[in-house]
Amino acid sequence: MRYLLVLAGGMLLGLAGLAAVVYYNPMTGANNLSPLSVTDNEVVRLSYAAAAQDTLVYTNDGESQVAPHPPKVLQLWEPTVRLTTATVNVLADSRGQIAGLGVKFSSHSERTDVLGGEVLVNSVWHVYLPGRGSLFIEQSENYWNYIHEIVVPAYRSAGDNWRGTWLGNLTSGPGALGTAWVAGGSGQFEGMDIEAVEALSAKAYSVDIGPVAMTGELSIELPAADVPPE
Amino acid sequence: MLKTFIVGIFLGAAAGGSALYFLPLVDQARENSIINVTPNGSNSEVFHANIPTDRIMIGAPGQQTPLPTGLDWPTDDLFAGTRAELFKIRNAKDAVVGVASRMSASDENGNLIEWVLHLPARGSAYFLMQPEAMTGGYRSGELRTGTREFSGLVGQVTEHWVADTTGIEDAPAGRIELRAGLAYITEEEL
Repeated sequence: MRYLLVLAGGMLLGLAGLAAVVYYNPMTGANNLSPLSVTDNEVVRLSYAAAAQDTLVYTNDGESQVAPHPPKVLQLWEPTVRLTTATVNVLADSRGQIAGLGVKFSSHSERTDVLGGEVLVNSVWHVYLPGRGSLFIEQSENYWNYIHEIVVPAYRSAGDNWRGTWLGNLTSGPGALGTAWVAGGSGQFEGMDIEAVEALSAKAYSVDIGPVAMTGELSIELPAADVPPE
Repeated sequence: MLKTFIVGIFLGAAAGGSALYFLPLVDQARENSIINVTPNGSNSEVFHANIPTDRIMIGAPGQQTPLPTGLDWPTDDLFAGTRAELFKIRNAKDAVVGVASRMSASDENGNLIEWVLHLPARGSAYFLMQPEAMTGGYRSGELRTGTREFSGLVGQVTEHWVADTTGIEDAPAGRIELRAGLAYITEEEL
């Protein structure tokens, strides 16, 4: 009996050690430098409110930490969509002027691999910019850094919240450099196959209600203008 | 005793590591795909949204009763010709399989109607529709691109309003039916 207790104690310590190795592993975590930060091409930047209460519509299964907004919105409680959220946002351009609408669908990814530092979400954006055109953005997002640097510290704080300044890329693919794929639908984007990156800027997070002060930004790289041959 | 403790440490770490590696943390529930193979070899699949029960949002200017209740739709002139809708999407067995957005707008570039279908267990599809409806109320469109199961497909989709004729008291008013005919195409065939 004593040996069994000692074995169980050892196993608990082993599990705790594994958790520490996974959590503090310096080899995991996404790169926070945007691949588009070094491009020479024109980049369209669209910002949006990332906290649910600041969106036009946010819905999920209705039982998650983040409450749907407005409260009476239809919830995604069916088994096939229970791990999915839908968000509708007004998008602003780099000068803060209203530029368009963005609908985002996000679903937990079955490729999530905690050992490898990948907490993945498959998401798509349906973007319409009046006067400019429409876009479809496909991406895989990695929330490892977000959880590591915001969510866990919030749970560990005495006040059950986190405050600070955090800026990080969410996009981790499918592009080889960690970029999202963008398909242009209409207007000036018609027929374009380009790349984008989504980033999050966080200032406050609460254990009770989730993101409190957060904005997101979509950076969409336009193709280089055709230069006529000399 | 010390040896047992050390064995326990390794055992615990190995068990935890194995569990994290082999047990899926995320397991998306999925419905069987209900696909018909048409004579030309493409796959035909029908999705629909029951109206009004599956409508999550109608975003349009000047609505008397916003959906959802409490929606504060922007009054900016920029959105004067824009209508955005969100739906739950069902398969032919009337089971919810995903969500969808429908965007319709008119601006200086012309009119546009687009659908994005997001089926969490399968992928997403982006359809560009013809703004003008055909005879019989059908509107056709084509797959612009897709992800995961919809990646590498080409094909057409039709949108059609089907009014309810069952006469059942609590039946929905009807459904928006999306009938997609999609096929894989190789680079040589392109």
